[in-house]
Amino acid sequence: MDLQIALLLGQDGIVNGAVYGLMALALVLVFSVTRVIFIPQGEFVAFGALSMAMLQAGRVPPTLWLLLVIAGAALLVEAWRWKRGVAVDWRATLVWAVAFPLLAAVFIVVNPLWWPGSLVAQAITTLLVITPLGPLLYRLAYRPLADASVLVLLIVSVALHGILVGLGLLFFGAEGSRTPAFSEARFDVSGVQVTGQSLVVVGVALVLVILMFLFFERSIVGKALRATALNRVGARLMGIPTDLSGDISFALAALIGGVSGLLIAPLTTVYYDTGFLIGLKGFVAAIVGGLASYPLALVGALIVGQLESFSSFWASAFKEVIVFTLIIPVLWWRSLRSHHVEDEA
Amino acid sequence: MSARQITLACVFAFALAWGFLPDFTVSVLANIGLFSLVAAGLVMLTGVGGMTSFGQAAFVGVGAYATAWVCTSPGVAAALGLNPALLPWIGLALGMVLTFAIAWALGAVTLKLSGHYLPLCTIAWGLSIFYLFGNLEFLGGHSGITGLPALSVAGVSLASPRALGIVVWVVLLVALWALHNLLDSREGRAIRALKTSRVMAESMGVDTAHYRIKVFVLAALLAAVSGWLYAHLQRFVNPTPFNLNIGIEYLFMAVVGGAGHLWGAVLGATLITLLKEQLQDLLPKLLGSSGNFEVIVFGLLMLFVLQRFAEGLWPSAARIARRWLRPSRSSVALHAGAALSQRKLPAKGKVLLEAREVTKRFGGLVANSQVTMDVQAGEVHALIGPNGAGKSTFFNMISGVDAPTTGEVRLMDKPMLGRPSRAFAALGLGRTFQHVRLLAERSVLENVALGAHRRGHRGWLASMLRLDRAEESALLAEARRQIERCGLAEHVDSPAGSLSLGQQRVVEIARALAGQPAVLLLDEPAAGLRHLEKRALAVLLDQLRSEGLGILVVEHDMEFVMNIADRVTVLEFGAVIARGTPAEVQCNPLVLDAYLGGSEEPLGVAA
Repeated sequence: MDLQIALLLGQDGIVNGAVYGLMALALVLVFSVTRVIFIPQGEFVAFGALSMAMLQAGRVPPTLWLLLVIAGAALLVEAWRWKRGVAVDWRATLVWAVAFPLLAAVFIVVNPLWWPGSLVAQAITTLLVITPLGPLLYRLAYRPLADASVLVLLIVSVALHGILVGLGLLFFGAEGSRTPAFSEARFDVSGVQVTGQSLVVVGVALVLVILMFLFFERSIVGKALRATALNRVGARLMGIPTDLSGDISFALAALIGGVSGLLIAPLTTVYYDTGFLIGLKGFVAAIVGGLASYPLALVGALIVGQLESFSSFWASAFKEVIVFTLIIPVLWWRSLRSHHVEDEA
Repeated sequence: MSARQITLACVFAFALAWGFLPDFTVSVLANIGLFSLVAAGLVMLTGVGGMTSFGQAAFVGVGAYATAWVCTSPGVAAALGLNPALLPWIGLALGMVLTFAIAWALGAVTLKLSGHYLPLCTIAWGLSIFYLFGNLEFLGGHSGITGLPALSVAGVSLASPRALGIVVWVVLLVALWALHNLLDSREGRAIRALKTSRVMAESMGVDTAHYRIKVFVLAALLAAVSGWLYAHLQRFVNPTPFNLNIGIEYLFMAVVGGAGHLWGAVLGATLITLLKEQLQDLLPKLLGSSGNFEVIVFGLLMLFVLQRFAEGLWPSAARIARRWLRPSRSSVALHAGAALSQRKLPAKGKVLLEAREVTKRFGGLVANSQVTMDVQAGEVHALIGPNGAGKSTFFNMISGVDAPTTGEVRLMDKPMLGRPSRAFAALGLGRTFQHVRLLAERSVLENVALGAHRRGHRGWLASMLRLDRAEESALLAEARRQIERCGLAEHVDSPAGSLSLGQQRVVEIARALAGQPAVLLLDEPAAGLRHLEKRALAVLLDQLRSEGLGILVVEHDMEFVMNIADRVTVLEFGAVIARGTPAEVQCNPLVLDAYLGGSEEPLGVAA
């Protein structure tokens, strides 16, 4: 290997690491607020990328039908709860189950008429379809079990992952898709080719990280989410609706997933099951931070990205094995620092 | 009829019918048996032990590939120079050794941490091994290994599924019997505590991390045996049946069937296998394309079961069946003669437990500041103080649940800094919890018997093979004696959760006594007790004191404390503000201020 190749691999690793970092961010967010280990996070990536590809091919992405069906199911569930005398937050319900799906449908109809071929309009449409999937899935799958153990919630996640991957195959078929880059620019930095798309990926990832930071540090909703993460019951006693925090954290996770899908689709061919591996690598990164620390998770993501990129050069058949084996030393290191037994919530 | 008779009758009918079933049914049943074996391990892991794994298919793969490699690699046969009929057994041994090593290593790095790291790790492991199988040349890559020999036992070839199916089901039934025995033993009580009550189990002397690893290894070994049988049934292996999706399917079997019940594994494996068969025909026709769509239905089924039948389907089925069944009698006959370990109690007046200048900080908050006190043999020492004075924090530090920031704790003259609470239990410390920690669904007898955990010694194998019965009956007799002593004789067989809160506290005392402690720490034992029950408790404590136990009581009921205690220590704002006999403490002005709020300034060392 010469320096040229090393720089190229390093660049690849940073770009992939940025996407894994976004995954890790979403996973830490969802876990700390709702105790859900959100295995299906990667499915949002695949759904985002493949929906975008469908829009570009001038077809209606089947994810819209999925959205409409689960929005209808969520409305039915809320109406049933309301009839049984449970207090229902209708405003939030209408936003996720009516406003977003309507807006998404309208966008899909008017897109080809008003902004034919516009990448930005297609990207916005995709995000309008993907984002509400988060809170709606939360309401249907997890909320009835909100007081269950982390283990049961994890099993729910795996079941949901199965459902979504199966649907992904049904919607998009076994063939993969690739979308055109947001930027075709190419730079030559001292002999190393840097593509505009990789700058877009790193830039968007950085902007999202900064926005998330501002959201959690500065906004009242962000602070409420942090309070819920620290102490659910205490937050509820302080008047923070914990259902709302579930909605918002899942919406953010879906949004981040959708954005990641848009970012990687021009770089690599995305298949219906590609998201799972991306999400899992996000997990490896998040585990570096103990599923709790955002900065450590980002560091973990960069390590995962580099490890993957360099092992694809030296031992490409064993790339995945090497990346996933990384969690063994990480967990071993964490277990050395844990002494006292705690009961599981 | 009792449940046991029904089970035996079913097994007998099944055995009679085996020879007459059509070939296709036989091979489906053989597969169900193989899946049930894996699912039974997951029941132990998930429903009983409170852990889970998505990577069991990978362990099945290790078992299958180990024997496939041993039986087909020309190098192995030449190196060993054995009769080829013996090679499958070498393969079995290799599979078991590999599985043991991998499972132990995975367990050791994850099981000291919170429960979700193990399943996450098994996902990574399940994926990795699949890629590994597919990429290793000597394992045949993605096309796998063909031409495995059939098993033969004592010259009888087990080539047909009908013959090998018998072996599969015999192995399964023996495994279920052994697991059932294991759960119905001293070790089983400890395993059941892993799911919800690890802190309590540690205080009873159970090394919970070690037990968790052992349960995980056990489940992995069952999967490896299933893989070994699978390889010799199919006579061919490739990576596909060992990938992560299949690992997840195994978990579906356990959860749908009933993750807390061994027969739930068989029920779940049967349902999922039959359903899969149907769906693989039906769905592609319905959806107009081919693919692995049954996972959608399985996922929805799983969500439905978890949301509506959290315990799985087996308990619901069993509830209906119970209307017609006689309850089975306990299998423990009264054996005589097995002696439990006895502890020699120290002489009266000897210092048993000692805290020196113990300080505990949580960030900026000082919960305990320079607390010094001791407990001597043959006394009742009461620790009192207003709410939030730091009593429970102190209690946790002198019982090893938490470590002090600075200061020293000595038990039986040994420094205990950084030792886990099971080490405290080993030296003769028994305790109760302020928030009752019982296994609510298990009987009072089983809960109390867990307290005597350290006094028995028979291990997992002995329990599985029922070689522990003499010791078990001695343990249960000891538990019964302590329950009677604490006045709960008529509740021995009731589920602990059905008792009143006050009675549950007494169960905790009986559990602590079953460990034959030298020091007894009681956290608010009289809370929730009625007047007569309090009096009975006072009599019991008095009796224990005269036997030479050192007793430390945290209690808010002043009448109770002042009547029973020899010495009283008063905490406020984390620091000791007074100590002495009950009479001295009662007229100490600082104590009166603390309790009646006479002064504006906080007393003692402010936080």
